[in-house]
Amino acid sequence: MTTTEQNIDSKLIPILEEVSDPEIPVLSIMDMGVVRSAVIVDGKVKVEITPTYSGCPAMDVIGDDIKKALKDAGYESEVYLILHPAWTTDWITPRGRKALEDYGIAAPLNAEADKSVLLEGKRLVKCTNCGSRNTRLVSQFGSTACKAQFQCEDCHEPFDYFKCLK
Amino acid sequence: MKNENLYNYILGIADNSLILGQRLGELCGHGPNLETDIACTNISLDLFGQVRSYFQYAGKIAGDGRTEDDIAMLRKERDYKNVLLVEQPNTNFAHTIGRQFLFDAYHLAFLKELQKSSDLTLSAIANKCVKEVSYHERFSSDWVRRLGDGTDESHEKIQEAINDLWIYTDELFHQTDADKAMVSEGIGVDVTALKEAYYAYVKEVLEEATLKVPETKYFQKGGKQGVHTEHLGYILAELQYMQRAYPNMEW
Repeated sequence: MTTTEQNIDSKLIPILEEVSDPEIPVLSIMDMGVVRSAVIVDGKVKVEITPTYSGCPAMDVIGDDIKKALKDAGYESEVYLILHPAWTTDWITPRGRKALEDYGIAAPLNAEADKSVLLEGKRLVKCTNCGSRNTRLVSQFGSTACKAQFQCEDCHEPFDYFKCLK
Repeated sequence: MKNENLYNYILGIADNSLILGQRLGELCGHGPNLETDIACTNISLDLFGQVRSYFQYAGKIAGDGRTEDDIAMLRKERDYKNVLLVEQPNTNFAHTIGRQFLFDAYHLAFLKELQKSSDLTLSAIANKCVKEVSYHERFSSDWVRRLGDGTDESHEKIQEAINDLWIYTDELFHQTDADKAMVSEGIGVDVTALKEAYYAYVKEVLEEATLKVPETKYFQKGGKQGVHTEHLGYILAELQYMQRAYPNMEW
């Protein structure tokens, strides 16, 4: 069995919280849940991150940004990409979900609701502009691999929905 | 190479995603409309991401310093092990969707089994990929239904695509020597066992889409042995151009 627990040295948390997702700058990588471990071994930091989607081009940038942030704080570091356990949208923190909504991206619903929204056209996703649930799916794929495109039928705002990944 | 069967097995899986990803990438800026253009290139990106995980692992298995890029860019046509289905041209949107659906239905079933692999790296990659490919399969099966059950013209085009591509489906379930070796070690997936459920599912979707299931009994094969259709050479010419023209160049 592998654990889904994170193992992050509390001294490093404030540093890592300053690193944001390059494609969703309001979201820190900590709130995104992509940092799985960060420990100091013999004065050097070893960080493990996991990709949201396999092809996410942000992962390379995130790795570089982590190294830079740690270096600015006086740590040498190595960043490793791990695949197991696979990332899930459940790992986005409540603060991260709020940041997404404030930024104009609807946060992921639970798996069942997600399916009914994307497959059966159910209207459950809340418009990030006016709050109405009278929204329709425009496309299952959006501006990045993790998002789908929606439009509000009341205020007509087009917006992204962060797809549930479990 | 010590683990040659495992190396070849990984390439057999990854080459399908590499070549299909390249095909879908051709649609960037050329999709029938913005949403489908973005969808196809999103799927392409997922597939390339998956390929990177597979090739990084294959490079480690080879143990001679070859990188994911070397494996992707520097092989000759005969060394690519993808099935013929994925190298077929985009032709029109119905063909693109037909090819995608016939592959996704297989790919999803395959990954679900690969999750049980005794090889921990492969099962971890499969755990990751299966989530993404579920979305691909939703997209392509949904579009098969929409085109089939749409206008006369869309119905005719998707039926034509399914008829044309059908002869490439049987190859998905052929076992290579590397397959057999990996199945016996509990690492690989026995693809022959996926066949019945695959055709049952595909038939179900085609019927929902008001389409006829082709009756042909003749099937093409050869991709898994490196014997490709004329299309692969053109794909590789584009895929490999930069590395061939400027060896060892990096971004």
